[in-house]
Amino acid sequence: MSKTITIDGRTIPFEEGQTIMEAATAAGIYIPHLCHHPEYTPHGSCKLCTVKVNGRVCSACTFPAMEGQDVLNDTKELRDDRRKITQMLFVEGNHLCPGCEKSGNCRLQAVAYYLNMLDNHFPHFYAKREIDASHPDVMIDHNRCIFCTLCVRASQQKDGKDVFAISGRGINKHLIVNAQSGLLKDTNLEVADEAAHICPTGAILIKRTGFQVPIGQRIYDHQEIDQVSLETEHPRHDE
Amino acid sequence: MYEHLETAENRDNLKRVVVDPVSRVEGHGKVTLLLDADNKVQQARLHIVEFRGFERFIQGRPYWELPVLVQRLCGICPVSHHLAAAKAIDQLVGVDPENLPASADKLRRLLHFGQVLQSHALHFFHLSSPDLLFGFESDIAKRNIIAVLGEYPDIGLQGVKLRKYGQEVIRMISGKRIHGTGAVAGGMNKSLTKAERDYLLEDIDQMITWAAGSVALIKKVHCSNLPYYDDFATLRTNYLGLTKPDGALELYHGGIRAKNDKGEMIMDQVDYCQYNDYIHEEVRSWTYMKFPYLLSLGQEKGWYRVGPLARVNNCDYINTPLAEAARVEFKAHSGEAMVHSTLAFHWTRMVEALHCAESIKGLLNDPDIMGHDLVAQGEKRYEGVGVIEAPRGTLFHHYQVDENDIVTKVNLIVSTTSNNMAMNESVRQVAAEYLSGRELTEPLLNNLEVAIRAYDPCLSCATHAVGKMPLQLELIDAEGKLIDKLVKHSDGQIERDGDF
Ligand code: FES
Repeated sequence: MSKTITIDGRTIPFEEGQTIMEAATAAGIYIPHLCHHPEYTPHGSCKLCTVKVNGRVCSACTFPAMEGQDVLNDTKELRDDRRKITQMLFVEGNHLCPGCEKSGNCRLQAVAYYLNMLDNHFPHFYAKREIDASHPDVMIDHNRCIFCTLCVRASQQKDGKDVFAISGRGINKHLIVNAQSGLLKDTNLEVADEAAHICPTGAILIKRTGFQVPIGQRIYDHQEIDQVSLETEHPRHDE
Repeated sequence: MYEHLETAENRDNLKRVVVDPVSRVEGHGKVTLLLDADNKVQQARLHIVEFRGFERFIQGRPYWELPVLVQRLCGICPVSHHLAAAKAIDQLVGVDPENLPASADKLRRLLHFGQVLQSHALHFFHLSSPDLLFGFESDIAKRNIIAVLGEYPDIGLQGVKLRKYGQEVIRMISGKRIHGTGAVAGGMNKSLTKAERDYLLEDIDQMITWAAGSVALIKKVHCSNLPYYDDFATLRTNYLGLTKPDGALELYHGGIRAKNDKGEMIMDQVDYCQYNDYIHEEVRSWTYMKFPYLLSLGQEKGWYRVGPLARVNNCDYINTPLAEAARVEFKAHSGEAMVHSTLAFHWTRMVEALHCAESIKGLLNDPDIMGHDLVAQGEKRYEGVGVIEAPRGTLFHHYQVDENDIVTKVNLIVSTTSNNMAMNESVRQVAAEYLSGRELTEPLLNNLEVAIRAYDPCLSCATHAVGKMPLQLELIDAEGKLIDKLVKHSDGQIERDGDF
């Protein structure tokens, strides 16, 4: 007999060692997330996956599933919280979708659509952030970094390198690269590295490829992020 | 002519009339008139609140974003900016116009014809037809598209549908009716499917018929009041625009041609990448908008007009039969080598709309628009110039990038800027001829707007609700005291404000 938890009243099985996120994904339940990626160690920083476990607020991507948990996921309260979190992400950086080449393929944008975010609600920070276009093939636009650390983890865990890190705290938090000069061109990042492709937003981009995918053929043109996520992000235990 | 009205000799004891903002014009504008005690115009200026800082906004961005970023310059002709930027960044990836794959070239042309058609239809039917059909001094409550739809339902509806069709062409190619994608450095990101092509073919014959009908309509309106139409705000100027190498009308790509008021060639087939050697821009302290002029003729005599009137005046022929016949008729009506009537912009705008509709049909029947060879690639360059004939006239985009592909320098000359001098001259002329010595009334001030609107100016190249602009007239005496104020609300109601 496998162990079970309930999510929004639905009983689903889980395997020992799985997080709530992994158990949910395996059962075909979408929990909104940005910093979570099935292939990498959970980081639990974006808080978009916030759920209520037996009345307590937890991050589904880091919280282990345990027998008898009663998880609330798709409630109005949690949706409202997630929308606010997303709005904060938008105003903290400079996310100008209309001019952004990631538009239509961007997970931040897609999550915002999914959560029915219609405005920014909070005042814009208009943070002054830079671009690092020094690398011949890869560009960092710091305006769009949400500090999910997926590039950090992909570089370490998949590419066997250590190109990216997050430095600073709070409002001074920023993405740095592993080079004395502070420039991407002086790191050992290569265009084929997973870290160059994993950014959920338009912060790390492959140069000279923007807008090549026409509207109508982009990832989120016909499917919402919940569907895409369940179809593409296979849980670990399936592998 | 009326240059003396640019700056009044003695500005003391003059009262100020402000028309702000100019309604039914895309963007923001303000006309100020300084009147003397006898209501004689002593100074007339069109001030422009133009997009400032846009150049700064794109500096520092990677060049491949440009075609999409610059679309934000304008809510009415974003596609023109999109394509001008695309032509410039083609050069950054080493692709000259002749090396663009045939499919990409034709898709861009199709996109552009759709854009010009929708913009011209918008201008003619939504913005100008109220004046043209009801008269320039008609009741203000009538001067909007709703009134046109009420009294001329067929004409109004055709205008709406012509515009919609142009937008559908844009949507099929760029994915969205406004602010889509499409052109990328060296080509296009998609071609049309057969289904998309067939969808557009369905209505094209109807569009050609309606466009031809609108040419006939404007011709009738123009010719039924010939002295007025030929004299109102009329200027004998130089004209500038692109033409094909054989002198045919061209909207997407060609060499620069300029003719003087007698129709004599000033320059022909000049490579637009060298525009800097031929055109300079003068700055004046009282407006944000610059004044371009032809270097060879100097600041005083070198200003010129662009747009439909300039293009139809300049070209030797049009390569689609109905539009060509319409051009011949248009030229014949004046009996002069060049037509200088400012209100003739409307007529030529419709000749071009007809040309667009005919050209769209031609391209839709060309299998290349469904081809798959869409992008070319060459050697990286550091500078690119893209020039296109936007609905309102010649549009210049000029960029420099660094070794990291980041934009370092931007220069844009938008169409409305090229018409700046002419618009000001027309304002001065109308102010002097129609307003001097008469009491100020709204229809009189509308005459001023009619002159400006003939150029279809896109004053801030920013999106504004069409026809919804409130209009404010202020009379200010020499001491700066407000002595009268007329407010036109967005619903057309006029109110005298305050206790005057
Ligand atoms: S996905 Fe769980 S905190 Fe980001």
